[in-house]
Amino acid sequence: MKTNSTFQWLTSREGVYYLLLALLLVVVLPLSLDSFRLNMVGKYLTYAFAAIGLVMCWGKAGILSLGQGVFFGLGGYCMAMFLKLEASTPEATKHQSTPGIPDFMDWNQLTELPWFWQPFHSFFFTLIAVLAVPILLAFIIGVAMFKRRVGGVYFAIITQAIAAILTILIIGQQGLTGGVNGITDLQTLLGWNIRTDAAKNTLYFVCVALLFLSLFVARHVQNAKLGRILVAMNEQENRVRFSGYDVASFKVFVFCLAAALAGVGGAMFTLQVGFMSPSFVGIVPSIEMVVFCALGGRYSLLGGVYGALLVNAAKSGFSESFPELWPYAMGALFIGVVLAFPNGLAGLYARYIMPLEKRLPVLGKYLDKDDSVEPQAPAPVSDQLSAEKP
Amino acid sequence: MNPKTENFLLAVEGLTVSFDGFKAVDDLSFYLDPKEIRVIIGPNGAGKTTVLDLICGKTRATQGSIRFGGKELTKMKEHQIVHAGVGRKFQNPSVFEDLTVFENLEVSYPQGHSVMGALAFKRDQAVIEAVEGIAETIFLSEQLNEPAGLLSHGQKQWLEIGMLLIQKPDLLMLDEPVAGMSVAERKKTAELLRVITRDHTVLVIEHDMQFVGDIADRVTVMHQGKVLSEGSIDHVKKDPKVIEVYLGH
Repeated sequence: MKTNSTFQWLTSREGVYYLLLALLLVVVLPLSLDSFRLNMVGKYLTYAFAAIGLVMCWGKAGILSLGQGVFFGLGGYCMAMFLKLEASTPEATKHQSTPGIPDFMDWNQLTELPWFWQPFHSFFFTLIAVLAVPILLAFIIGVAMFKRRVGGVYFAIITQAIAAILTILIIGQQGLTGGVNGITDLQTLLGWNIRTDAAKNTLYFVCVALLFLSLFVARHVQNAKLGRILVAMNEQENRVRFSGYDVASFKVFVFCLAAALAGVGGAMFTLQVGFMSPSFVGIVPSIEMVVFCALGGRYSLLGGVYGALLVNAAKSGFSESFPELWPYAMGALFIGVVLAFPNGLAGLYARYIMPLEKRLPVLGKYLDKDDSVEPQAPAPVSDQLSAEKP
Repeated sequence: MNPKTENFLLAVEGLTVSFDGFKAVDDLSFYLDPKEIRVIIGPNGAGKTTVLDLICGKTRATQGSIRFGGKELTKMKEHQIVHAGVGRKFQNPSVFEDLTVFENLEVSYPQGHSVMGALAFKRDQAVIEAVEGIAETIFLSEQLNEPAGLLSHGQKQWLEIGMLLIQKPDLLMLDEPVAGMSVAERKKTAELLRVITRDHTVLVIEHDMQFVGDIADRVTVMHQGKVLSEGSIDHVKKDPKVIEVYLGH
């Protein structure tokens, strides 16, 4: 029964889209890219976690957070702290005046490990912290804001301020955080060298697996009644409230979900890139995450993934040739998306390409039998309706 | 506490709300019997909508009490007031345009209202039957799978009434339910209200005196935040004060 319904889902239109993404990430890219490029794709995918979170939080529930970099960074720093402690064995740091503590602490005349670093000796604790620390901060911000009915632009500005504050805090507390350089020189994960090509390839597949897990979690929330309440809340908050829902707790939930997803992305970023620094925490990366989500289509989970992949690929390509022009190109891209196709690539796909699918030789037959309007790719009707929203 | 008030479904006493010194509702008292249909009329700015806002918790009272089935509503949160059995329809139809008619009604179904409850909520047979039953009452059986955004103005009003009905409230509050409706839609709405009022207490704000006469058990006339007159429709129509400020000569 269960396997049967799974099979049915995989042959539905939505299932085929997921399969195509899996095919791209698991087969096509690993076979066609060298280890270096594949690692870069893995890095792009870590932003897709944040983009999926934003699809839920911003696209569905209408809560624009300009501070997702904070949660991405917290997840990333949690992982980096664990890896740094593993790299800072007394033998490896015996030339320091205090061996056994991270090198940057020694440079800053610290003589013992700060208390909040202690639990990060434990890998199990670290894994929990990657989720729990972003969720806890999101919960505190969420309760403080949403219970007081702070929303919209005010909320966006506050999240952006928090991104700025956290960056300043990290840079200012150099001895505790590694400052502007971040936490660097990460070598091994439980004794496994993460800098080899083989390890990077493995981490890429772990990242893809976690991404699909995140997609399924988000999809489950979206398809539950909870998902419809988020959409309803976005449209008519008072109607939801006077239908007997405590609107604030739903907002807190979806904000925490988005934070947790960003945190996982951050942890995978640290593992694949080998360091974490404040430049992935602040305002600019936070806004970039919103751009990934907007370009991919903020109502579509898969759109978020493709948005993160494409914008990052464009960023790499562009900044290899014209590094100083990239911020302008990205700004133009964002304005263009908002003006020309507010539902992003997923919206364009639903309007222009979906009608052509029937003509595809093999796939068309599958897709044709299932013409249901599915949530992640709005059909033209709902597309127009949502485009009319201010 | 006056024990007599406990016999009323809703007892509003000495209710006052002041916005920067302006008293939109000023020492207002009225009582609703169970199964009563009460219509509030009055000129614009009389504070009619504010009274509904105060009862459902959208606006907080400066003074006074609202007792509903033994509970003091002025201290409760909006969603708690809904769970206590008060349903509120807004003046402008507020339905969820991106959701289908079915989903609109399902969201209002009184189950799974906590975050975890909404995550675990299953669309079982009881839900489907409740939704289909209500859809029939509000003349929208054919439109169940259409997005609510495609409905006409009148149909949206009905849908919102349906969203209240599915909550099974003890008190239904409707703010101008026939405003902006065609003649045919008005007739159907009156018919709908007649069905509803068989087993609900209803508090309605309305301007259409014909419609008021059709449905009201009693009428409360408000003026400048106070009760100007109260009684049967014929009684208030003859009241010289009401003629003076509202009905005209």
